[in-house]
Amino acid sequence: MQATAPAPTPAPPIQSRRIQSPTALVLRRFSQEKTAVFGLIVIVLFALLAIFAPLLAPYNPLDQDIPNGLAPPSPEHWLGADKLGRDILSRMLFGARISLTAGLGVVALAALVGSAIGLIAGYVGGWLDEVLMRVTDIFFAFPSLILAMAIAGALGPSLQNALIAVAVVTWPVYARLVRGQVLVLRDREFVQAARAVGARHGLILRRHLLPNTLSPLLVQTSFDMGTTILAVAGLSFIGFGAQPPTPEWGVMISEGRNYITTHWWLTFFPAMAMLFAVAGFNLVGDGLRDVLDPRLRR
Amino acid sequence: MARFIIRRLGGLIFVLLGVSLLTFFLAQLAPADPAGAALGSNAREEQIAAYRQQLGLDQPVVVQYARYMSRLMQGDLGNSIRTRRAVADDLRDFLPATVELTLSALLVTILLGIPLGILAALNRNTWIDAGARILALLGGAMPIFYIGLVLLGVFYRQLQWLPGPGRLDSTLPPPLHLTGLYTVDALLTGNWMVLANAAAHLILPAITLGLFSTAVLLRMTRSSMLEMLGQDYVRTAKAKGLSERLVIGRHVFKNALPPILTIVGILFGSLLSGAVLTETIFNWPGIGRYATTSVTTLDYPAVMGVALVAAIIYPLANTLVDIGYSVIDPRVRAG
Repeated sequence: MQATAPAPTPAPPIQSRRIQSPTALVLRRFSQEKTAVFGLIVIVLFALLAIFAPLLAPYNPLDQDIPNGLAPPSPEHWLGADKLGRDILSRMLFGARISLTAGLGVVALAALVGSAIGLIAGYVGGWLDEVLMRVTDIFFAFPSLILAMAIAGALGPSLQNALIAVAVVTWPVYARLVRGQVLVLRDREFVQAARAVGARHGLILRRHLLPNTLSPLLVQTSFDMGTTILAVAGLSFIGFGAQPPTPEWGVMISEGRNYITTHWWLTFFPAMAMLFAVAGFNLVGDGLRDVLDPRLRR
Repeated sequence: MARFIIRRLGGLIFVLLGVSLLTFFLAQLAPADPAGAALGSNAREEQIAAYRQQLGLDQPVVVQYARYMSRLMQGDLGNSIRTRRAVADDLRDFLPATVELTLSALLVTILLGIPLGILAALNRNTWIDAGARILALLGGAMPIFYIGLVLLGVFYRQLQWLPGPGRLDSTLPPPLHLTGLYTVDALLTGNWMVLANAAAHLILPAITLGLFSTAVLLRMTRSSMLEMLGQDYVRTAKAKGLSERLVIGRHVFKNALPPILTIVGILFGSLLSGAVLTETIFNWPGIGRYATTSVTTLDYPAVMGVALVAAIIYPLANTLVDIGYSVIDPRVRAG
């Protein structure tokens, strides 16, 4: 949180008087948002855990050790073991791999497809815009999880199909977002100037319109990472996503659901992992929005 | 106003056409043969073929869609392969449970989200504000299926303070069917025992489902109130010597309300989504659980029915919010 009252600040360091690139300016402002920096640290930590999971995990996440089933947290199993004696910590670390790559894959796909459609709709306009936007309306009419479930069910329950399903319900947000930006930018002077000097459509889209939609896109992707992680885990929880024995957070909670009060560690740790990862992305999204959206700048 | 409503309705019809086409396409995509699935693995080839013919599955896709649409126009959603009943009848049975749950969750959202948001804004940068913001952060990031399981485990299995899954204790008969909402029906017929039991059954699922939307509404209320608190007319009102209560109630809150209402409309959609998970956990006989079982059994006529109904409810809720808007904000009415 930032104090609003002008505190008696020391003289600004010389460095800040230099002309800064916009990126450096954004980075500097972002670094002043404490909660956002905290979120970023959490995300980086998760990313590192995910990347080095095979090195960090004390056990193979699939190895069963039935005599040790439901073992409580101990020096042997730091976060305990599930009913088949599988190490919770190891499963959680590999679960981070699945959730983070799932989030990245879905958001990248949705943002790519959605932005392309929004860019075309906003730039070309006319009937094409009308048709494309009505199509996004159709997708918005569905409660997202019901549509995702119907898609995942039709394709057959698997992690990959769950990702496709979540991407299908996510792209329309990007289409609307980018279209809105393009509509505002399309008639701005620098675009008119580019057109006047004979720039081709492709160049105008690439060089002038797309870069100017990146800020809101970045904010949206940050929030959608969190939403996607929750959605994919939710689909896995009800059986339409990752299948057992995959070490996925939603699957882990589903497998431990009958032990929730008697052997809390089965579900508590994957739930906390999800909570922290999602909260991390949401905090970064908040911070980015405050930094990048000039209307909110104080 | 009339033109506005006509345009909205026109858009709604187009959306519903698209929704029907999309769900129909999904049903085509489903890998398993619904006829084979319905008859079981012991069915003979000829039986399956005959059943396919009976369902019209042997016709070209275009013909199937045309038939589907013409039936839809007459309010016929087809028959469920699993329950062997008309999907419309199934939905009529299951929808009230979801409506009751969703409205209860919305009540939780509004009763918690708005007061906490106001409190946070009025006590900005104090521990109250910090607590409210942490609550909003946790509520927005917590997997609701975990929360549901924990609440059920603690308050039902361990402490036994509240009843468990389902809408009513199995020893009690459901109230006379008027609206299908057990609490409302029990209230109307003066059946106090059922009313108390149904309400108690609602508490845990409503909190589970309402948690996420409470977080969102809290944040929205807080930021909207903060924006209004900084306005010149608020300073003027204070300078005139109006009481704090009057300033906050009449000037700040009333002007902060439109964006809050918009969010409530949008949250309705996320509540319907969340209902799928909540109903699964609490064994709640609503359309969310109906949809889950239908997808699992590849009962796509039923899935299409649920999707269509959900896709009608959501835009409808938003239209209602728009009308609510015009009630509190005369500027909208004029426009």
